[in-house]
Order: sequence, then C-alpha cells, then structure tokens
Amino acid sequence: MASLMAMTALGRREPTTVTHGPLTITERTDVALASVAARKGRMADLAQAAQAAGTPLPGPATHQRGTPYSAFWTAPEMWFVEAPFATHELIAEMLKAALGDAASITEQTDAWVAFDLAAPDLSPVLERLCNVDFRHVPDGHATRTMMEHLGVYLIKHGPKEARLYGPRSSAESLLHALETAAHSAL
Amino acid sequence: MTQSNRITGGQIDRTKTLRFTFDGIPYQGHPGDTLASALLANGVKLMGRSFKYHRPRGPISAGSEEPNALVELRSGGRQEPNTRATVAELFDGLTANSQNRWPSLRFDAMGINDKLSTFFAAGFYYKTFMWPKSFWEKLYEPIIRRAAGLGSVTREEDPDNYDKGFLHCDLLVIGAGPTGLMAALTAGRAGKRVILADEDFRMGGRLNAETYAVGDLQGADWAAGVVAELSSMPNLRLMTRTTVVGAFDHGIYSAVERVSDHLATPTDGKPRQILWRIYSGKAILAGGATERPVAFENNDRPGIMMAGALRAYANRWGVKVGERVAVFTNNDDGLRTALDLQAIGVDVVAVIDSREGGDLLPGIRHLQGAEVIDTAGNLGLKSISVRQANGRSETFAVDALGVSGGWNPNVNIHSHHRSRPVYDPAIAAFIPGKDGPPGLLVAGAAAGQMSTHAALKTGRDAAIAACDLTNGPDLPQAEDAPVRITPLWHVAHGKGRAWIDQQNDVTVKDIKLAKQENFTSVEHLKRYTTLGMATDQGKTSNVIGLAVMAELTGRSIPETGTTIYRPPYTPVAMGTLAGRSRGREFKPFRLTPSHHWAKEQGAIFVEVGNWLRTQWVPKAGETEWRQSVDREVLATRKSVGICDVTTLGKIDIQGTDAGAFLDRVYANTFSTLAVGKCRYGLMLREDGIVFDDGTTARMSPSEYVMTTTTANAVTVFRHLEYCRQVLWPDMDVQLISTTEAWAQFSAAGPNARNLLAKIVDQDISDAAFPYMGAGNITVGGLRARLFRISFSGELAYEIAVPTRYGDALLREMLAKGAEFDPIVYGTEALGVMRIEKGHVAGGELNGQSTALNMGLGKMVSKKKDSIGMVLSQREGMTAENGYRLVGVKPVDPQAKLTAGSHFLEKGAAAVAANDGGWLTSKVYSPHLGCDIALGYLKAGDTKIGQRMRIVNLLAGLDTEVEIISPHMFDPEGERLRG
Repeated sequence: MASLMAMTALGRREPTTVTHGPLTITERTDVALASVAARKGRMADLAQAAQAAGTPLPGPATHQRGTPYSAFWTAPEMWFVEAPFATHELIAEMLKAALGDAASITEQTDAWVAFDLAAPDLSPVLERLCNVDFRHVPDGHATRTMMEHLGVYLIKHGPKEARLYGPRSSAESLLHALETAAHSAL
Repeated sequence: MTQSNRITGGQIDRTKTLRFTFDGIPYQGHPGDTLASALLANGVKLMGRSFKYHRPRGPISAGSEEPNALVELRSGGRQEPNTRATVAELFDGLTANSQNRWPSLRFDAMGINDKLSTFFAAGFYYKTFMWPKSFWEKLYEPIIRRAAGLGSVTREEDPDNYDKGFLHCDLLVIGAGPTGLMAALTAGRAGKRVILADEDFRMGGRLNAETYAVGDLQGADWAAGVVAELSSMPNLRLMTRTTVVGAFDHGIYSAVERVSDHLATPTDGKPRQILWRIYSGKAILAGGATERPVAFENNDRPGIMMAGALRAYANRWGVKVGERVAVFTNNDDGLRTALDLQAIGVDVVAVIDSREGGDLLPGIRHLQGAEVIDTAGNLGLKSISVRQANGRSETFAVDALGVSGGWNPNVNIHSHHRSRPVYDPAIAAFIPGKDGPPGLLVAGAAAGQMSTHAALKTGRDAAIAACDLTNGPDLPQAEDAPVRITPLWHVAHGKGRAWIDQQNDVTVKDIKLAKQENFTSVEHLKRYTTLGMATDQGKTSNVIGLAVMAELTGRSIPETGTTIYRPPYTPVAMGTLAGRSRGREFKPFRLTPSHHWAKEQGAIFVEVGNWLRTQWVPKAGETEWRQSVDREVLATRKSVGICDVTTLGKIDIQGTDAGAFLDRVYANTFSTLAVGKCRYGLMLREDGIVFDDGTTARMSPSEYVMTTTTANAVTVFRHLEYCRQVLWPDMDVQLISTTEAWAQFSAAGPNARNLLAKIVDQDISDAAFPYMGAGNITVGGLRARLFRISFSGELAYEIAVPTRYGDALLREMLAKGAEFDPIVYGTEALGVMRIEKGHVAGGELNGQSTALNMGLGKMVSKKKDSIGMVLSQREGMTAENGYRLVGVKPVDPQAKLTAGSHFLEKGAAAVAANDGGWLTSKVYSPHLGCDIALGYLKAGDTKIGQRMRIVNLLAGLDTEVEIISPHMFDPEGERLRG
C-alpha cells in the first residue's frame, strides 16, 4: 500500500531462510500482529464480539489456529492475534472495528521478528536456548521465555514445528543465537 | 616406554594405544584410562608438589575427590590448571605438566619450605606479614603468591565454546553406581522421564572397581547390561561425564557436562562443556561414598593412597600401584583391597589392622591392633614403620600402602540447602540429615547404606517412593556385608607431621594449634587452617579434621559438627559459567531502523543499553569527531537535521481510566490534555526523586502514547504494570510496549516543516499542526504518526512509521528534502543541542535529583495526588539553598570544562566543605564558541550572572566560569514555535 519499500527485521528486502543440518529457520514477514486486551470488566462482551468476528481467544499458554485470525494468550485477558499481512496489514483497525470498545487493541506487527523453526525434532536445539519443556508440552503450547537474554514468545505447532516471536531490533542477535545453538546441538 | 605396572584385567581397551606426555616425557596408555591410571601403569607415582611445603605427592584416590594429583592439561589457550589427573580422561596426544614446582617435579627448589615447616604452621601468614602495613600489597603478597600456589593461568583466550541448556524430567538420578542404576531402571521401566547423570565416563560407579558379583554376573558386567537396557528406553537420558554440581530451589539442579574434554579439540562447532539447568519433579542422590584416610606421620608420600583406590586401579584399570604392598585399615573394607591384590598376584606384605580381635585373613600377615606410625621414601614410598599391639615396632619395605579410615557418604548435594548431616556411629560417618532440598531422596552409600545389596534395594525403593510406584524390579543377589569399623582418626606418635588435608598441607599439628588459639568451631578451624578449601573442598579431609578437633576439645563428633556444604560439588570453570556470554556475544544488540543506512555512511555507533545508536556520521575530510558533531549541530540549526529516536521507549496506554492513570503516575496532569496534543511529563519515584521524563500524546479519548527515556524504557513499563496490577487494579487501563513497532525520527531545524511537507499527505502548517500537536497522519498513504515536539530547541517534529518502513522513510526524507541540505545527526549532536537548551538527560536524571533541583518544581501538581508528590515536599528536599540546575560557561572561551568538576567560590580552598555542587554534563557549543555545561549548584537560581570556579583535582582543572541560565540558546523558545 505504501510507496515506501519495506525492510525485513534482518535488514533485507526479502525474508531470510537459513538451514543448519536438519533445521530450517524461516523469517516470516507475512504475519500481521495485534495485541487485544479486555477492557476492565468487559471480558464477556469481548468474548461475544470475538466469537462473532471469528477471533479465537484461547486459554493460558495456548495458541489457537483460525481463519483469518489465529491467536495466543499472553497475559490474563490479553492475547496476540495473528493474521495474513497481505490482507490484514491494518489488523489493529480491523480488530477495533470488529471488537469495538470491549478491548484495547494495539498494532504489534513490527514490534517483533517472527521465525518459523522446522526440524524432525526441535527439542535438542530449543533445550540449548530456553527453559521450555518442548518435548513435553502439547502442540499449541504458547509461552513467553528467554533466549540469550531476549524475551521471546515460543509457540509449539508440533514436535517438528515452532514459531518464535522475538524483539525485532534484536533479530540479528536472535538469529545468531538460533544458528549457534543449532550448530552446537545438531 | 612400556607400561611396566600394567597387569591383566580391567575395563580398558588394550587393542588401542594412546600416546601422551607428562612433563615432556612420552608415555602410553589405553582408552578407558585416566591420566592417573596411565601414569601409574607406567610406574609414575610422583605427580605433583604440595601447596605449601612443596612435598612430593602422588594420587591418593581414583576419583573427583583427589587432593594431590593436580596437573596442567593441554597448552596454549586450552591450557587448564589444577585438573585432577584421577578424572582426566586419557586421549591420544594429551600433554600434561606438573605444577607448583621449580625447576622440576623431582627437584623442586621450593622444597626448602618443607625444611622450614616450623615457620609455616597455620596462621603463619596472619601473624608474620603484618608489619609494615604497606608491605602487604607490594611485597608480601606477590612473593607468597609465587611460592604457594597451584597451576598457572594461560594468558591466551580460550578458543572453545561453552553452552548452557535446560532439561526437564520426572526423576533426576545423581550417580550411576548400583544405587543409581537400580533407581533409573525402576523409574524407567515405569515409563517415567528419567535423567541419569554420572561424573564418570563409564557408568557403574563402584561396581567397575570391585570384583564381587551382582546376580550371576560380575558387578561391572551387570552394570553394563543395565546401562544397555536404559539406553534403549526413549524416556531415559543417560548423561556420562556429567557432574551434578548443585541443588537449587524448586527441584532445580545444575550439572556440568564435559562434552569434549576427552578429545584433543572439540568437534567443529561443538561446545567443550555444557552447563545444564535440570528441572526435576523428584531427584535421588545416589552419589556413593568417599573413602577417607587416617592421619599418621608422613602419610603423604607418593605410593600411599586410599585402599579402595589401590584396588580400583587394579580391578578397573589393570594397574598395580606397587610391587610390595601393605594395607592399613580400621574397617573391613580395607581388607578387600588386600584380598583383591593378593588374588591377582601382588605381594601383600602385611595388613595393619588397627582393630583388635576378629578373624585373620588367610595367607596374609594380618597384624591386629597395629598402627602405621611413620613412613620413609623421598620421592616415593620405600618403607613403613608399624607399631604392633604389643608395642614393638617393625619396618616393612613397601612401595605402596593402601589406607582406609572408613567411608564418608557423599552428602554434599543433600546439604546444599543447609541441611546438617548427622553422625552415624554405626559407620563412623555423617549421613544426610533432615530438611534437605524438597523432593530429593538419598539412597545407597550416600545414605550410609554401604553394601551392594543395600545400594540396589534403597535405589529401587527410592525410585518407587519418588515416582509413586507400587513395585519395582526384582533385586539381583549381591553382597550384603555389614560395616565393621572402629574409628581411628589419627595415630598418636612422635612429633612429625601427620597430614589431614593434603591439598592445603594441613596437619594434625595445625589443628592442635587452632585449638590452642581457640579456633575450635569447625568454621573457624576451616578459615584458620584452610582445612577443606580449594579444589577438593575437603572431600577426604573434612571429617577427620573435625574428628581430630573433637578429640582435642573433648567434645563429641556430633557436637563438633560439619562446615556448610555449598555448590559446586566439584570445580567449575569460569568459562562454563559464562557460557556464550563473552566477547561480541556478551549480550544481544538492538539495531535501530536507520542502522543499515548509517552503516553504509560509515557512522560511528555508541552502545546505549543494548542499542547501537548513531553517535555521529563522519563526512569525507573530517578527521576528528568534533568536526562531525559541530557540523551536524550547525547544519541542524541552520536548516534541518534528522535523528533516529526509535530507541526512546513507547508505551501504548489505553482504557477509560488512561487519563486518570497518567495523573497518578506523572507529577503533572494529563487527564485534561486535549486529543491531538502532547505534553512533557515528569515521573517521580515514591520518594519524590525524579524517575523519568518524556512526552506523552493523547491519540483518542481513551488512548495515550507515552515516550520514556531510552535507558528507562523497560523500568518505566515495569513500573506502570506494577501500578496497574498492584496499586490500582480497579482502573480500566491496558498497557503494551510499542517501542519497536514504530520507527521514529526527529526532524529538527528551521526547514523541518518544509522538509516534512514534502513527505506527509496532510497539511502540517503551524495553524493545522501547532506546537505540541500530535496525530495520526499518512505518508504516501502509509499509516504514520506525527508529534510536534522538540528536544533540540528547534522547530521540530517526530514522525513515526511501522518499523519495516523506517529505513525507506529516512531515505525518502533525505532524497525529497535534498533542497534543504538535510543531515543526519547522532547522539553527540543531540547532546550538544539539548544542553544548549538546558534540557535534562542522563547526567541530570541521576536518581538523586528532584524536580525542584532541575528547575521543574512547578510541574509537580499539588492539586492532585501522584506517586512521589508528597515525599517530594519533604523538608530538605525543598530547601532554598538546595541544588538548582544552572548553565555554565568559562570566562575564557578557550578554557575547557570537564563533567564531574565541582563548583567553588573564588578563593575557597578545594576541600569538600566548600563544595558548591558539580557539573553534570558538558559539551562544546559551536554556537557559543566555547565549552558549556549544565550543573547542580547550591542555590544556583540566585547565582545567575555570578562568577565562580570550576575545580577538578583529578584533571588538574581550576577555571573561572560564569553561572548562566541553563537555557543557553534561544531562551525565549522562538525557534521551536516558529
């Protein structure tokens, strides 16, 4: 929509994909992100509006897929909602229209760098990076954790598949940490 | 060189030969050897010199408890001092050197210390090197450090990497001897997630060193079979070469895995070691027991070792330590050594058994009621003197002596939360007490269950209890001999030295001296004599040390007690603790949206927290930083300059109570702020001191965007969350950081508006977008935000776009605004301009200053309550002669100022009593053509126009200055409203 050319969090025009042995790390720039926090005492209203709008609001530590909106829990009565960037670049405006004043909604798309991780078994890499019991937690587990001093969200889509949201400004450091751990563990 | 002392048997791979050197001499060993076992196989018993007296020493153990055989391994950046030869796994090409000797291990000039031992008793240094005081640092300490010491540290950087990691399990089993194997088997077969960790490179523990059977198999073979079964279980994680070094809260244990220590160099990219944090549901300490010596005169000669080690070298490593061997014991376990060695054909000259009565060993000269009273042999044992029950002395020519004073359960991990072990007279040793780490069970020898049967049974039962199982595997048949021991701590005889702690050269005499000087508490004893310190942490010495003290004081052993056990269980390298966090990878970096552009320009970056901010952007021909900074300042004030201000914290504050919330967290009022406007805000701490400042804009009736300083972005957010969640949970307020979501640039200077007008889609004339205006705009259709705020004192705006477009926005502003000669300025120019304008920043927001100090006292509204308002009005904080922010310039424009310098009245002595305050920030102002500064000056508001001195005794500065208003440039603010 803009005449300005977008740059990825890694400072390139196109998203980056790197592989280390069995591990593939894919930068995702095609995800729009917004935070949705229930206004005080308005949870019931929000739940109703969200249901009507097809926006999942999963329970603690959980990610729920949906179309076009997927979401994961980040704090009590607060979620991050994902949608395709191409159709939902204005995700905050769209959610505001759908959810009304029952929620405080803030654009988060460019606050984060998103990496998709894929390998036959991600556990050996992730156990060098964070204290999440990746082997044990169920698919759809979403949690906040730390990797090399960086606060990140880790979402388990399956034993072979995870998404990581890290602070955008530290995208290079986070990728370096991922690559180093992969090199070391795999 | 042949392996002269190698005998048959053992768990070494004789099909392969490994070459290594010790002190430059080549030797050979086999896979499965430790450095100590390989050296002993080659007839080398002398492996080190003692810490204080430089006595020749050999290994006394075959494990991690070793106090003597400390060596330097490897060379270059990988050189590692104080490595225990008894646990250093042999690899082909290993180079090892002895330490703490000069010029050589066999002839050590510092051995003179041994002759002067009278002077080196406990407390010697404390008493001797006291006068004159100044000599300590410059003379005494360096000399002592050179003479006494362990290995040397390489000056090269460690080329290896160290990882950290996190593991989770239902059950952590610490130690893979019979107890741990049985526990792991029990829990593993029940489907539990089990981690089995052992410090050794071969699991099996003591079974590898013994000859007795478990079930139908040799103990070591039974262990290998269990390990094979465990390896096949997907729910089991077997970790060899992994030492659990500490117990922490909530079932968390730390463990060091030596991934590559047994290799010449780590495999490419692989770490040398990993520091694991293990989250366990339950844990079982199955760490076994450590044999302890008996103190007798000259009990430290190479060739004298623990009886259990003597047979471990024979049984596990196929090494006979000596040709003619004796055993000195106070318990039945020592007799095993004699029998094992006899069985493999070693000449067991005598067994000196301090106990009276009982069965005599067949075919061995078994002297009951006898004690070893002295030994001879300089660089290795040659003979022992024995006092028999009838008082007659006899000398035996032997080259090895096994000593057993009993076995101490390894209670360490269980005591890491300060649980005090309790003395069990039945085994004459301490066993785990109450109140250990929650969830930690102890089994086997670590719990004082000394037989193999007891180990297997308690290991299984502990796993059943830990995992809430109803049953476990059947127990194989195993020996179940009782512990028969009559305590003997030291042999009373003569005046010679009898070693208790060989690592620290602490003798019975030292303990007597400590008692004499009233250091009778075990903690005092430890500090006074150094008993139990250093790399072995007294694993072989602590208990006999305190037992000797108990004897001397007439107190019981339980009354005397033990010292505190603390992690780590065995030494951990600093590099392992640091992990990846070193050098360039010490911390992650944060890059600004303009980083790539700035890098292209050759910008100089400065670290601000984790951010890399542009400090200045040099142009061709500029050779000195000031040239660049002056140019950036002048160009900005002349036309327009652009600065990346993304690093400032941005917090999105929404909710129907957002305005009321801000009124409470800011000293000034925000609920009345009109939509589309912004305001400078001052945030106080509860104690009335200024916490942070920034500009907050109202984007809609229920949405504000707060900016914070770069440094406090996280702490302010945390503070606001605390206020929201804890102080006022009833308010309808939601917060989220958007610092990284928006790329934000300041455009400042007379042409700022003209430049932005070419970029944005809306009318931003003064009428349409007045000073302190804020709003959502578009840039070529792209959503953006504009704030008309200024830090530089110029007509200025901050424009923000989603971060991915930040780089493009900067390039667009420079391209489309080319006619205005825009420049990009960095933090240095930013600093110059804010100081010229008297705006406070880090130097002034120093955590000690009030709004009043900063000349912002009126901002603290008394019409409402806010955090810090009440306490900011305390007497003393409102004193009229308190510090006030002033501007400063030198009377002589050529004179230099230095931040941190102090104000003095003319003629006043440069002493603290005359101190008038200090300079907080200083820059060179290209507009004023001289150094200028901000400072806190007592009653500074009354001193404008006066002359004072600026004194900095460290920098040799004493300069006359004029006190001026902090608003040194455009004091009326005409430019920023332009």
